Amino acid sequence: MELNANIPEGPIQDKWDNHLFSMKLVNPANKRKYSVIVVGTGLAGAAAAATMGELGYRVQVFTYHDSPRRAHSIAAQGGINASKNYQSDGDSDFRLFYDTVKGGDFRSREANVYRLAQLSGNIIDQAVAQGVPFAREYGGLLANRSFGGAQVSRTFYARGQTGQQLLLGAYQALERQVHAGTCVMHTEQEMMDVVLVDGVARGIITRNIRTGKLERHVADAVVLATGGYSNVFFLSTNAKKCNVTATWRAHRKGAGFANPCFTQIHPTCIPPSGEYQSKLTLMSESLRNDGRIWVPREAGDEREPQRIPEEERDYYLERFYPSFGNLAPRDISSRRAKEMVDGGHGVGELKNGVYLDFKDAIERLGERVISERYGNLFAMYEKITGENPYKTPMRIYPAPHYTMGGLWVDYNLQTTVEGLFAIGEANFSDHGANRLGASALMQGLADGYFIIPMTIGNFLAGRSGGSGDTAHPAFAEAEDGVRERIGNLMGVGGSRSVDSFAIQLGRIMWNECGMERTADGLKDAVRRIGELREAFWADVRVPGKADDLNQELEKAGRTADFLEFAEVMCYDALARDESCGAHYRPEHVTEEGEAKRDDENFAHVAVWEFTGVGREPKLHKEPLAFEYVKLSQRSYK
Amino acid sequence: MKLKLHIWRQSAPDVRGGFETIAADNVSAHMSFLEMLDVVNEGLIAEGKEPVAFDHDCREGICGTCGMMINGNPHGPWEGTSACQLHMRAFQDGDEIWIEPWRARAFPVLKDLVVDRSAFDRIIQAGGYVSIRTGSAPDANAVPIGKEWADEAFDAAACIGCGACVAACPNASAMLFTAAKVTQLARLPQGQPERYERVLSMVDTHDSEGFGNCTNHGACQNACPKGISVDYIAQLNRDLFKATLMDRPDEAAV
Repeated sequence: MELNANIPEGPIQDKWDNHLFSMKLVNPANKRKYSVIVVGTGLAGAAAAATMGELGYRVQVFTYHDSPRRAHSIAAQGGINASKNYQSDGDSDFRLFYDTVKGGDFRSREANVYRLAQLSGNIIDQAVAQGVPFAREYGGLLANRSFGGAQVSRTFYARGQTGQQLLLGAYQALERQVHAGTCVMHTEQEMMDVVLVDGVARGIITRNIRTGKLERHVADAVVLATGGYSNVFFLSTNAKKCNVTATWRAHRKGAGFANPCFTQIHPTCIPPSGEYQSKLTLMSESLRNDGRIWVPREAGDEREPQRIPEEERDYYLERFYPSFGNLAPRDISSRRAKEMVDGGHGVGELKNGVYLDFKDAIERLGERVISERYGNLFAMYEKITGENPYKTPMRIYPAPHYTMGGLWVDYNLQTTVEGLFAIGEANFSDHGANRLGASALMQGLADGYFIIPMTIGNFLAGRSGGSGDTAHPAFAEAEDGVRERIGNLMGVGGSRSVDSFAIQLGRIMWNECGMERTADGLKDAVRRIGELREAFWADVRVPGKADDLNQELEKAGRTADFLEFAEVMCYDALARDESCGAHYRPEHVTEEGEAKRDDENFAHVAVWEFTGVGREPKLHKEPLAFEYVKLSQRSYK
Repeated sequence: MKLKLHIWRQSAPDVRGGFETIAADNVSAHMSFLEMLDVVNEGLIAEGKEPVAFDHDCREGICGTCGMMINGNPHGPWEGTSACQLHMRAFQDGDEIWIEPWRARAFPVLKDLVVDRSAFDRIIQAGGYVSIRTGSAPDANAVPIGKEWADEAFDAAACIGCGACVAACPNASAMLFTAAKVTQLARLPQGQPERYERVLSMVDTHDSEGFGNCTNHGACQNACPKGISVDYIAQLNRDLFKATLMDRPDEAAV
């Protein structure tokens, strides 16, 4: 496996411009000869498809949802960063770049991150022009807030529904191209495999979710925009259908998987209420701007929160991190919450949360201002818990939320498989070991609107367009493989439901590869995952028929892939014998109790090559060089 | 608590469906409505039966995937709440609950509680956008927009496209859905150049998809999990009226 990042020459601020100039172009009249498959219609996929269609490529777009607007980007609440410096508070491309690399604990590629910062402003322009209703000030200019530990106000937002509004903007741009005929939308089609012809990605096999029919689709390039894999934990903030299948199938076909153990645990989610819990709901961390986090000083304190006097409360983030306080980065806030709950200070019926209290903010600003800022989040919280956060503090606890790891891509967003690209959360590129708040939307849209439509042209320019054919034996072989696997799933005829396995896998991953990972725990997890996978294939029960709308079969295929993927996550966490960002190995801790990096041995991207199910994958390394950012121990004291 | 569920079962679009009565004996008040259905489905699978097919995804009320009639109300008894956010504390021990799919000619039933809502996408394709080219947008602060206007555009943009408005309407009209998009873009300067073409084209598609006309019942507004106001239908009608009368460039030139 060759890992050439293809980073352009020149000073960091000129690399993207130099690259744009040096890339080959496809003549406008020739673009329609080339076809591109885009899988996934979240921010990255919808933006990419719309823009490539507009440029003149023939784009085939796939989603397993009934509409592209359902993609999980829609659920992002807080906001989107951009280095517009509209607040004149000292922001710049360089500062956003620097913060992102530092926030990622120095495990991302400088050139990619700088480009992300450079493009961030264009995204806001684009979205506003589409009619995305961002929050505004009375004078009519865009409002900003500081978000997730940033010391400048660079986050643009649309109440607590920023993802929804940005996705609808991209969705509408996509539907405009569908109307124009440049994009063909295939809804309710799940990608089951990538098809390689002579080592180059030339198409996909899909399953029609309504009818179960398998279909072959051919193109000149394939772009995966299929999101992250947090549902390997079963309980996460991801939507129920989010899964690893598309990227895992690509990995099995030769695409390197980068840093799979870099997963983000979001500090502010509603804690589970019982065994039947099906997912976890995130409360935007913008709440931490005004809410104060605390637990009872005394372990096991059973009193109602209002009855616990100030001096018996432990505002632990303010205590540990006087300058950042409640805005300490996500990984740090999450670990501290776990520490409090593990120490017996947990609150709520199941003692599985910490308080996020708005009492002081309401006294300071009034209920109306708080309601304007967080009204919809408070209402959502009350529906779920039956408690009114204006009167009683919220209970929160960390939950899996985002995966920084993903398919390895070069500067052009191409994977190690020629012609196969990965964008948005599906790739690994920009967030290192920890993603800063409000930067996922930014990355998805930068990849989709501004990067892939350019770099794909460079890839296609040297090729003859439209030469593929679904009659090629590679398509038949891939389709047969998919059919056989579905037959196997239907044929087990065991006694246990799919979810019972998914839940069990999730527990293993949460305990051994979640907020804290130890060498012993990870080794044990690999063994237990292997056993669970065997049990799954011996005893799973998938009711119904394969050639029908069969939601259990859909889940079974995704769970089967998670049962393979989970191992590489553990291998990666084990091999990365350091702590960094969200990857926390208690064996490697600073005196202050923070993640202790080992830059000498681990300043690299870990890229895994598939060697077979149940076999240890092969590790490759892309060394990371830092020319512009000074490596330092993160300190949020 | 123990509940008695009457759930619509239909194996395929062209097969006659009917209610099946299923006991749900282990329901906690903290469960969401869909978690209650998950538990019911686990029970059906254990008995060797086919689970109830229902659409859902984010389970936090924003993706618009879930939707079902619960005791005759779209998304159930709570105001401003999608089915996934409805929690079982809304019900009492011993309750009977009738669960059905959306009923509308433009939303054919696919299986059990799952319906085909692709007509909504086609309404958006007809003009529910601003025709802006990627990369050619002016600076985002170049055109200030008064907060009140931006806020109202936002209120209209909050629609999640679930289809509850259609299910609630005695005419199975999708006017609230269509009006929400028309109003969002009509409230913003960016939406002005295509404003009147947009409303004509979207309403045309709305009608040809088989949705009924709006006769001002207002049931849509009551059913909407996002509180979209029927005032937007009035806005749509004003724009539509104006569009049919106003002097516009030749169709061919547009």
